[in-house]
Amino acid sequence: MESITNSIQGVPLNHYILFSSILFSIGVIGVLIRRNAIVIFMSVELMLNSVNLLLTAFSVYHGDPDGQVFVFFVMALAAAEVAVGLAIIVMIYRNTNSTDINVLNRLKW
Amino acid sequence: MINLVWLVPLFPLIGFVIIGLGRNALPKNLAGILGSFTVFLSFAVSIGIFLELQSGAEKTHIIPLFDWIHAGNLLVPFSFQVDPLSSLMLLIITGIGFLIHVYSIGYMHHDEGFAKFFSYLNLFVFFMLLLVLGSNYVIMFIGWEGVGLCSYLLIGFWFTNTSYASAAKKAFIMNRIGDLGFLIAVFLIFTTFGSLEFSRIFPQAAAMAPNTEVLTLITLLLFVGATGKSAQIPLFTWLPDAMAGPTPVSALIHAATMVTAGIYMIARSNILFTLSPITLHVVAIIGIATALLAATIAITQTDIKKVLAYSTVSQLGYMFLGLGVGAYTGAFFHVLTHAFFKALLFLGAGSVIHAMSNEQDMRSMGGLKKKLPITFLTMLMGTIAISGIPPFSGFFSKDEILAHTYEHNKILWILGVIGAMFTAFYMFRMLFLTFNNTFRGTHEQEHHLHESPGSMTFPLIVLAVLSVVGGFLGVPEVLGGSHWLANFLSPVFQESTKRAGSLALDHSTEYLLMAISVAGALIAAFVAYVKYAKNNHVPLADTGDRSVLAKLSFNKYYLDEIYDTIITKPLNLLSGFFYKVVDKGAIDGLVNGLGKATIEAGKGLRLLQSGNIGFYIFMMVASIVGLLLYGFYNI
Repeated sequence: MESITNSIQGVPLNHYILFSSILFSIGVIGVLIRRNAIVIFMSVELMLNSVNLLLTAFSVYHGDPDGQVFVFFVMALAAAEVAVGLAIIVMIYRNTNSTDINVLNRLKW
Repeated sequence: MINLVWLVPLFPLIGFVIIGLGRNALPKNLAGILGSFTVFLSFAVSIGIFLELQSGAEKTHIIPLFDWIHAGNLLVPFSFQVDPLSSLMLLIITGIGFLIHVYSIGYMHHDEGFAKFFSYLNLFVFFMLLLVLGSNYVIMFIGWEGVGLCSYLLIGFWFTNTSYASAAKKAFIMNRIGDLGFLIAVFLIFTTFGSLEFSRIFPQAAAMAPNTEVLTLITLLLFVGATGKSAQIPLFTWLPDAMAGPTPVSALIHAATMVTAGIYMIARSNILFTLSPITLHVVAIIGIATALLAATIAITQTDIKKVLAYSTVSQLGYMFLGLGVGAYTGAFFHVLTHAFFKALLFLGAGSVIHAMSNEQDMRSMGGLKKKLPITFLTMLMGTIAISGIPPFSGFFSKDEILAHTYEHNKILWILGVIGAMFTAFYMFRMLFLTFNNTFRGTHEQEHHLHESPGSMTFPLIVLAVLSVVGGFLGVPEVLGGSHWLANFLSPVFQESTKRAGSLALDHSTEYLLMAISVAGALIAAFVAYVKYAKNNHVPLADTGDRSVLAKLSFNKYYLDEIYDTIITKPLNLLSGFFYKVVDKGAIDGLVNGLGKATIEAGKGLRLLQSGNIGFYIFMMVASIVGLLLYGFYNI
């Protein structure tokens, strides 16, 4: 345990923050500009994982395990979300023969 | 007995509830008898109270029933005050009320709303008793409003006739104008004296300097209230129209009791008025002006009840003249005697109308002396009494007012004597037109002529006796009496008498004054006799050719038309403006515009819901970034 903590602390906190921010931004941009539902989904995972990484890093630097416990919750929820989300995407594909979100524009005024 | 005073208003209230609820179930006779009996019970209790009060040493009793309003420093107990003034009013209201109830059994016999009529009459008696018994202005005000309501209900008793219904509305609305003045006066009294109890206000007021502004304002506002209820200029035009009600109502409400409420209220608050000489001047001038105006209208009217109505207004004017010159006892004396002879005259007129199959126009009457002997004799008594011919009751009370007026102001006295001459003239004119010469109505009416039943003649006889002897309650010293009434009432008026002093005329002047007014009345009566009994003059038809003065008088100085032009029409125009421009335009526009704006805004905003998921996500991210920036820079 000690060695893991040490190796995590071997990288300065700023680097974690910067890296997570970049990762999160990539996720956001991915969600915004991509039109394939599966790719958007992947981008959402990217955002979730960037946050997980940051939580772990803070947790280690503070010496408080609560952050890591929280990460487990996020991962469990993400798994459940993926199960439901992929099922929806499958259904969309069956109905429209495409996973392009721009096809799903009939729910409007 | 005095502690049982709450029984006096309770009996009529019970009568009202029973007759009112059972108006369709009770047999006709029972409703009438029950209504009369409850008032008779009150009368019996009132006699007991009066006797006990007269023999006891303590003259003012306050009987608390319960605390009614207790909020902050406002304490309004529901309590009754029994003193000489209210005990005499109790006797007038219940005594004459009882006689008129009995009379109504005969008069209203054929009416469909018989039970309803008696329930209203009982309710009226209840409120009137509350008015005179209340020991503070709030209880008085309840009674004041209650009698106004009953007056409205009874004037409009035959409400299917539109003009009767609007007469009722007119009475109610004109009374409301006065009531507002009364109400503001009550508020002012509370802020000035910190209490509404008579027993706490008047001693405080007695210690105040005369002529203070606040007292003048309070008394002027109280007087405004009195002009509404007691039909004085400028609010008197409702009373003649109020004759639309059944005749017993006119006798009870619009002659004997309710219209004297204003005089009672001023007499009750006499110390406030004594300390405001300016208000007293106003009261006296309005009083004499009303007396003359109404008297000059009465001399040309052809409707028997209208003559009596204007006569009532005129006599009320005399009472206010009395109050205005500080003759509180005299004014109250006139209330008392007027209650006797005016109730008698109205009931007599009712008897005539009853015999004439509801004809009220004196031009169709005449020669009724033979057919209605009891009615004729009793009305003769009443006419002599109101004309002020000794030794009938009206002479003593009117003379007392005129004597005080003479001491106060000679011009007012001259006007008063002229008014008294008018009174004698129009009353004898009415009597001769109705009872003398030959019958002028249709053959069918003549066939139906009959003397009224016993239930109607009995009250007439009792009231006639009272009209004859009522004056002996207050025979002045100069005529060898001791003026029992003045002595009895002195505790109520003592603070005022202390300041104003009592009558200081020497005896020869008093004799002279009496001689002049009696001679005036006799001359006027003789003129009426020559014109209407001997020369058989009959008033012209409504459209007949009249001289200018007669036309003015016949058309009531066009006062209704003037009020219509300067008040009602502008008011209607103003309401039309508010209705069309302010309400329909501005307020409705605002409300409808708000609705329309919401709909339009919704129409525009819903276009944002484009269905494009990418756009939604972009908006979401942008909003979150915006919120982050906001949180970062502002907090």
